[in-house]
Amino acid sequence: MAIDWYLIVSALIFCIGAGGVLVRRNPLVILLCLELMLNAANLALIAFARMHGNSDGQIFALIVLVVAACEVTVGLGLIVAIFRRRLPVDVDELRELQG
Amino acid sequence: MSAVIFFIAAIGAVAGAIGVVALRNPFYSVLALVGHLLSLAALFLLLRAEFVAAAQVVVYAGAVMVLYLFVVSYIGGGARPLTPGGSSLRAVAGFAMLALFVELAIAVLGSSLKAVSGDGAPFVPGFGTPEQIGEALLTKFLFPFEVASLLLLVAAVGAVVLARRRGGTTLEDEIRDSAHWITPRSLFSGTMAEAVGAVRPPHEHGDPGTAATDENELGRPVVTPAGREEQGGW
Repeated sequence: MAIDWYLIVSALIFCIGAGGVLVRRNPLVILLCLELMLNAANLALIAFARMHGNSDGQIFALIVLVVAACEVTVGLGLIVAIFRRRLPVDVDELRELQG
Repeated sequence: MSAVIFFIAAIGAVAGAIGVVALRNPFYSVLALVGHLLSLAALFLLLRAEFVAAAQVVVYAGAVMVLYLFVVSYIGGGARPLTPGGSSLRAVAGFAMLALFVELAIAVLGSSLKAVSGDGAPFVPGFGTPEQIGEALLTKFLFPFEVASLLLLVAAVGAVVLARRRGGTTLEDEIRDSAHWITPRSLFSGTMAEAVGAVRPPHEHGDPGTAATDENELGRPVVTPAGREEQGGW
C-alpha cells in the first residue's frame, strides 16, 4: 500500500479523537480520546519512517509511547483525586480554575 | 495480500476510534480502544515497525488499558449523556472535525513530496528490528532515552502525590459520607471498622457525666474521637 493511505487513516483517527475531546464530558473518555490523537501521530511518524527507510521515526514513536504512558498516569491520578473529594467527575462542572 | 490486510486493519482502527467516542459506557470505550490499538499494531507491522508493534500490544493494549479498567471500575463509570448542550455543540464539534480532516487531507495529498504516493524506500534487512532500535536508542538517541526515563519517574511520583489520601478529607468524613455505600450493614452493628476502633458508637463518647470528669481531674483536655482519628489513619 502507498504511504498516503496510512497518512489518510492517521488523519481520520486524529480527527475522531479531536471530536471526542470536544464532545465528551467524562474526563476518562477525554483521556482515551487524547490517546487516539497520540496514536494517530504515531502512525504518521511510522509511515514517514517507512517512506524514508530511516528508523528515526520509530524511535520518535517509542518516545511518544512513553509520554502517553506518563500522561495516562498523571491523568488517572487526577481523576482518582477528583473522585476521592466527591467532586463531580464531569469536566463541565469542574470549572473552579476558570475564575 | 498486503492491501487486504491494510484495509481490514484500517477499518478496525477507525471503527475502534469511533467506538471510543460514541459508546456511552466508559468501560466499553476502553474495550474499543483495545481493539483500536490491536488494529494499529497490525498497521505498524505492515510498515515494518516490528518492535513498535510489539511494544504497542504489550505496553499499551496490555498494561495501560488494564490501568484504565481499574480506574473505570473504581469510579464506577455509568452511562452519561454525550453532550451537555444538546445537539448544537455536537454539530459544532462535527463541523470542526470535518474541517480539520479536510485540511489534513489537503496537506497530505497536496504536498509536493513525490514519495508519499509510493511504496516507500526499498526494504533493508534489519529495518525496525529490536536490534536496530536498541542500538539507535543507546547511541544516537541516548539523551531522549534518558529524558524519557526521568519523565516516567516524575510521572510516577506525581501520580502517588495526586492520588493519596488528602488532609482535607479526614477518615471520619469519609466514613460518615460513604458509609451508606461502603458498608452493606448499618453502622455500630459490629462492623470491621468498629473492631479496629475507627468508628465508635455515639454513647461511648456522648456521655459527659463519667468519662469527661475522669480526665479532667488529671488536668488533661478531653480527647475527642475526632482528634484521635486525625493523628492516625488507616
